[in-house]
Amino acid sequence: MSSQIERFKDPGLPEHVHRISDSDIRAEKRAERQVATMFLLSALGTVLTIYSYIFLKSDTYVFLPVMGSTNIQQLFIGLGLTLATLCIGLGAVQWAKRLMPDEEVIADRHEMRSEEEDRADLVETFHERAGQAGLGRRSLIKRTLGLAVGLVGLSPIVLLRDLGPKPGKALSITNWKSGTRLVLDPAGTPIRPEDLEVGAVAQVLPELAEGTERTLENIGVDAVLLIRLRPEDFNLDAERLSWTYQGIIAFSKICTHMGCAVALYEQQTRHLLCPCHQSTFDVTRAAKVIFGPAARPLPQLALTMNSEGFLVAKKPFTVPVGPSFWERNSANG
Amino acid sequence: MKQSQRIGGTVANYVDERTGAAKWLKKNLTKVFPDHWSFMLGEICLYSFIILLLTGTFLTFWFDPSQREVIYNGSYLPLSGVKMSASYASALHISFDVRGGLLMRQIHHWAALIFMVAIVAHLLRVFFTGAFRKPREFNWLIGVGLLTFGIVEGFLGYSLPDDLLSGTGIRIAEAILQAIPVVGSYLAFFAFGGAFPGVSFIPRIYTVHVLLLPGLFLALITVHLMLVWYQKHTQYPGPGRTEKNVVGYPLMPVYMAKAGGFFFIVFGVTAFLGAVASINPIWLYGPYTPGQISAGSQPDWYMGWLDGLVRMSPPLETHAFGHTISWNILIPGLILPGILFTGMALYPFIESWISGDKREHHLLDRPRNAPNRTALGAMSLSFMIISLANGGNDIIATHFHLTINGIMWFTRFGLIIVPPIVFVITKRICLSLQRADRDLVLHGRETGRLVMMPNGEMLEVHEPLSDEQKWTLTQHQAPGALPPPLPESAKRGLKGKLRTRMNRAHAIQVPAPTLTEVKQIEESHH
Repeated sequence: MSSQIERFKDPGLPEHVHRISDSDIRAEKRAERQVATMFLLSALGTVLTIYSYIFLKSDTYVFLPVMGSTNIQQLFIGLGLTLATLCIGLGAVQWAKRLMPDEEVIADRHEMRSEEEDRADLVETFHERAGQAGLGRRSLIKRTLGLAVGLVGLSPIVLLRDLGPKPGKALSITNWKSGTRLVLDPAGTPIRPEDLEVGAVAQVLPELAEGTERTLENIGVDAVLLIRLRPEDFNLDAERLSWTYQGIIAFSKICTHMGCAVALYEQQTRHLLCPCHQSTFDVTRAAKVIFGPAARPLPQLALTMNSEGFLVAKKPFTVPVGPSFWERNSANG
Repeated sequence: MKQSQRIGGTVANYVDERTGAAKWLKKNLTKVFPDHWSFMLGEICLYSFIILLLTGTFLTFWFDPSQREVIYNGSYLPLSGVKMSASYASALHISFDVRGGLLMRQIHHWAALIFMVAIVAHLLRVFFTGAFRKPREFNWLIGVGLLTFGIVEGFLGYSLPDDLLSGTGIRIAEAILQAIPVVGSYLAFFAFGGAFPGVSFIPRIYTVHVLLLPGLFLALITVHLMLVWYQKHTQYPGPGRTEKNVVGYPLMPVYMAKAGGFFFIVFGVTAFLGAVASINPIWLYGPYTPGQISAGSQPDWYMGWLDGLVRMSPPLETHAFGHTISWNILIPGLILPGILFTGMALYPFIESWISGDKREHHLLDRPRNAPNRTALGAMSLSFMIISLANGGNDIIATHFHLTINGIMWFTRFGLIIVPPIVFVITKRICLSLQRADRDLVLHGRETGRLVMMPNGEMLEVHEPLSDEQKWTLTQHQAPGALPPPLPESAKRGLKGKLRTRMNRAHAIQVPAPTLTEVKQIEESHH
């Protein structure tokens, strides 16, 4: 036994095994027919696409199992396109696999790095040319160029300034003011306490001045959920209880986490759930967060009834609604 | 000479006299490409990108990227008379009143999903086989860039129709912007041209979606492919395949036919999905309004992990000195993804630092032969899968009758506990597979044939492997294949100690069998 450890050696590329279509003329012809059939099917597919585009009705639907109701014209244009493209592909691949040479070839690979000589030449050339420009010597030019190039990038940033206004106080302001009537969304009708049964939920918005069009930006901060419970169901401190009216409590509908509409109300548990990230708020405890990523309760809107018997806001929201932002002063919650 | 040949000759002469392309083409028409199914993953990325360009261009002919308010009066009756943005109305118009429009929308969406799946699959292939090693680090970086831009591009794409679901996605993006300390609310107001949602956002992201990012994609993909071409493709180890050669099929005709054909196959499959499988039925959700939402709001899958991280985040906010910092948004939405993607981008350099391996690599690793890397990949993947699962926690909860709270707590702990366990298990599996390879080389394949010896002993006949198979299973430890040990100078100091320890963990291998060992066993049998 030799003391030298013998290792396995690369036996080299295995001998090429011929395909049946290389030797059998019938197999070769068969492969040729398969490829041609695929290309013919593709042509048929294009005919199907054009036929469906022109002759099929665009308003008829068919029920496909699993997929549901499907527009026939779209379906057959698509199936035609599928046939037209898929069959070109299948034909080409079959052609390559059965009829084109399948012997693997070996090509050499060279290291990526350049020859030492070329590298040395480059360094020399570079230094020579840089010397001609005098980059090393002329430090005044170098520094002023650095300044100029550094500053030129500022222009696009400055020019983008007019993309939008400064936020100002906009993130902290809503259209809820003292005495603003609650109107149903989307009907726009004011609401009386007796319109809401115990257990009911309604989405309301602040009534805007006559002639003012409501924008999506308004809704994005103004949307409020109205929920009526039995007054004894609440577990609130005296101040917050005074913000409810006959068991009706109002919260901002805009999630304090990322601004989605907190739209899912579970009547049994009296929880409000945000469908985006599942923050869960307890209605009976002033929308305290009981689960999920939200860090703050939904702002509560103080309610009362005006002399005409309509529900109105007692005062504006005491905190900004919606998701957090740097300037938000969260001292009041 | 036939007439067609004569015309071909004239055209070729015309072009060559003006470009000198003949020399380059002569060399490159016979260029060799290795063949393996896993090399098709990158091709799928490229082809679905082309499909996206084609279908996307079609869609732009009808799509009106405007948040101007219109009254819908198209042929989808349930929304007739409803106030909505022009972009939503035009998306409905494409879906119901343009022949083949819905098909193109659905192909576009399916192609986007396939694009992202293929990028991730391609990335995993490159990672687990070590294809990112020198000299291919640039292409790894470009790939990470393409993945990142792909996520953004996809998000902007499904935000464009301005239906209830996509508006909800934009609302969340706005909240992430707004949460950035100091400049957040400014960034949000600049991006949206004022308060959310405003009327500027759709036109702006439209420009980014159809011009800026596709242009960037084109540039990056071009460089990516040029580097692949120039550096020549990697190949799997096997008999006759070395670091110095490339074994495969020539570009013309085999690779042209296969790759060209494969484009049409990808197109066909995507067209089939677009034809039969409804995706993003925007008409069901209605126009966006900030006051409403559809239950089970879900992003596309490649954003799901991000949403999952945001969902599982604990409710952390800092309130101090009149300012608010939302850690519950910043950590899962910006900081963690930032760390993950930076780590991913830097991985080739980190691994090369640990292993001290500065050589070129053109032969791929079998994942089992790089246990540490494979374990790290599996660990990262488990992190992503747990995040993704939590991104669909509401869907999982309703389908499997679980509570969302239960899933959330499971993933909160799972995200921290499971990845390290996956690391350990994967590393052990890799080493076990190496041992199994060793066994196979030493004792051959179990044939299942039992033989009774004259003394009554029952033996299973083992069939020795072929020389080719033996080489494939042992080549990774052939002389000169493993990286040299770290030089003593690299082991000094605290950094050196850390590097030495990681180097040891990284270099762990089951010794591959040698011919000597096989001979010894054979001798002992006789």
